[in-house]
Amino acid sequence: MKTPVIQAKDLNLTFETNDGPVHALKGVNLDIQQGDFVSFIGPSGCGKTTFLRCIAGLETPTGGSLTVNGMSPDDARKARAYGYVFQAAGLYPWRTIGGNIRLPLEIMGYSKQKQAEQVQRTLELVDLAGFEKKFPWQLSGGMQQRASIARALAFDADILLMDEPFGALDEIVRDHLNAELLKLWDRTGKTVGFVTHSIPEAVFLSTKIVVMSPRPGRITDVIESTLPRERPLEIRDSKEFIEIAHRVREGLKAGSEV
Amino acid sequence: MKHLLPVLTVVIALLAVWYIACIPMNVKEVLTTAERAGVPIDPPSAAERRDMGHLALVLRNTDALGGSWSQDRARLPSPHQITAELWKSTWEEEVNGRRGIVRSGSLSNRSLIYHGWITLSATFVGFLIGAGLGVLLAVGIVHSRVMDMSVMPWAIISQTIPIVALAPMIIVVLYSVGINGLIPKAIISAYLSFFPVVVGMVKGLRAPDHMQLDLLKTYNATKSQTFWKLRLPSSVPYLFTSLKIGIAASLVGAIVGELPVQRGGLGARMLGGSYYGQTEQIWAALFVAAGMAALLVWLIGWLEKRTLTRMGMLT
Repeated sequence: MKTPVIQAKDLNLTFETNDGPVHALKGVNLDIQQGDFVSFIGPSGCGKTTFLRCIAGLETPTGGSLTVNGMSPDDARKARAYGYVFQAAGLYPWRTIGGNIRLPLEIMGYSKQKQAEQVQRTLELVDLAGFEKKFPWQLSGGMQQRASIARALAFDADILLMDEPFGALDEIVRDHLNAELLKLWDRTGKTVGFVTHSIPEAVFLSTKIVVMSPRPGRITDVIESTLPRERPLEIRDSKEFIEIAHRVREGLKAGSEV
Repeated sequence: MKHLLPVLTVVIALLAVWYIACIPMNVKEVLTTAERAGVPIDPPSAAERRDMGHLALVLRNTDALGGSWSQDRARLPSPHQITAELWKSTWEEEVNGRRGIVRSGSLSNRSLIYHGWITLSATFVGFLIGAGLGVLLAVGIVHSRVMDMSVMPWAIISQTIPIVALAPMIIVVLYSVGINGLIPKAIISAYLSFFPVVVGMVKGLRAPDHMQLDLLKTYNATKSQTFWKLRLPSSVPYLFTSLKIGIAASLVGAIVGELPVQRGGLGARMLGGSYYGQTEQIWAALFVAAGMAALLVWLIGWLEKRTLTRMGMLT
């Protein structure tokens, strides 16, 4: 078996607060393989976002081990191993769409010509070709979020970390973007970590669904999806899809009863 | 242009109040003048009138008030007298006057154009120093905790000292080391204008939220990249707002700096007018100062609009 891209062993993260320690993550064990699409699902406070931030090196675990590409998360961050998509698009209003996608490339010191190439390529990848010169306010919320995905893809990191990227969008736009994201994942073969609290979204997208529960934040179930890689939106009406969704729901219920 | 009607209404209302206010304000001198011209006044003795209220005098002599708006050295000169003074000390003085620019080749030292220019140049230099200093301090405060803890309280304290008390000291101290003329005034002006710029800029540089800063962290951006690519552009709208306050404060500073020196400028003109009871001269200088302030603030507003449009931040 290949070595996992992301590997967590007995990971703990405790925040010290005035009301005593808060166990944001406790005893988290997880392997993520190259090319996996892993969703983290659970109620608020279950540590799903915290875990994603640990992978990104934005939070430091207080115990256990965590490696990304065989390195510590902080080294991986410095090696620009991943692109991160936040819940809000967070595009700079003073930069055009092209300028926003160019931002990481400028910071990482790409040549002007290479920057232009990458911007063109990623714009096509998220279906925004022709919008390069537009400013963010000229785009809809869904298009802005696509631009922010393009920004995370621009520098060819192998890992894509997404923290409820479609949480603020309406369901129709969300469905559309989910389908687009799957296509993009299929084409690029990236490893994706995806935080959500929508069960259908998690089941539809993932090869692996990680169910988490709060107090302390921990993993209660890991479900390997049996759905095929090719997934039309209609797959959500299939028996298999409903069964997996059911298991996720049971896992969430079990977690909240403890 | 849609503001024209409301603005005009307010202006007309103010002028009406002003003309009415001229009557009680000037009544004593007006009645004295009328008496000399042979008009019977009630009460007839000047000693009695001295202790009476202005309104009572107005009510008892309603037919002798014709001179209320044309009195020389009136307590409250009327708007048309001030307008005439403005015309006289700008166009008339420069174009037709013996010492004006047309005949002598240089601005007359009795014209408001000459004095306005002196004030304006001190304002500009002071504003540049103040705004530059303000931006630098803000950058330091945002990046260094030590500066945040040490500079900010002093900046606030500096603004609690009345500038009229401080201005003569600044001028005297600088004079003793051989600096006079424009620079001391510019320093006083900078002293007033740096503060709004510091406060606005600190707020602006801290405007990016956690998510924005985390995003740059995922790119492993350096501090200076974060500054140039995120903090500085985010602060631009805040900067312009504080520059508008700053430039108006600069003008006040320059005028205050001119009061003790009496070597030209609108401040000198105002104080000179009050020494010699030339109220029209004070008001004329005041209006020129107000007009200049409006123009400067408008100029910054215009720059703001252009900059933000170019940055794509104005929809």
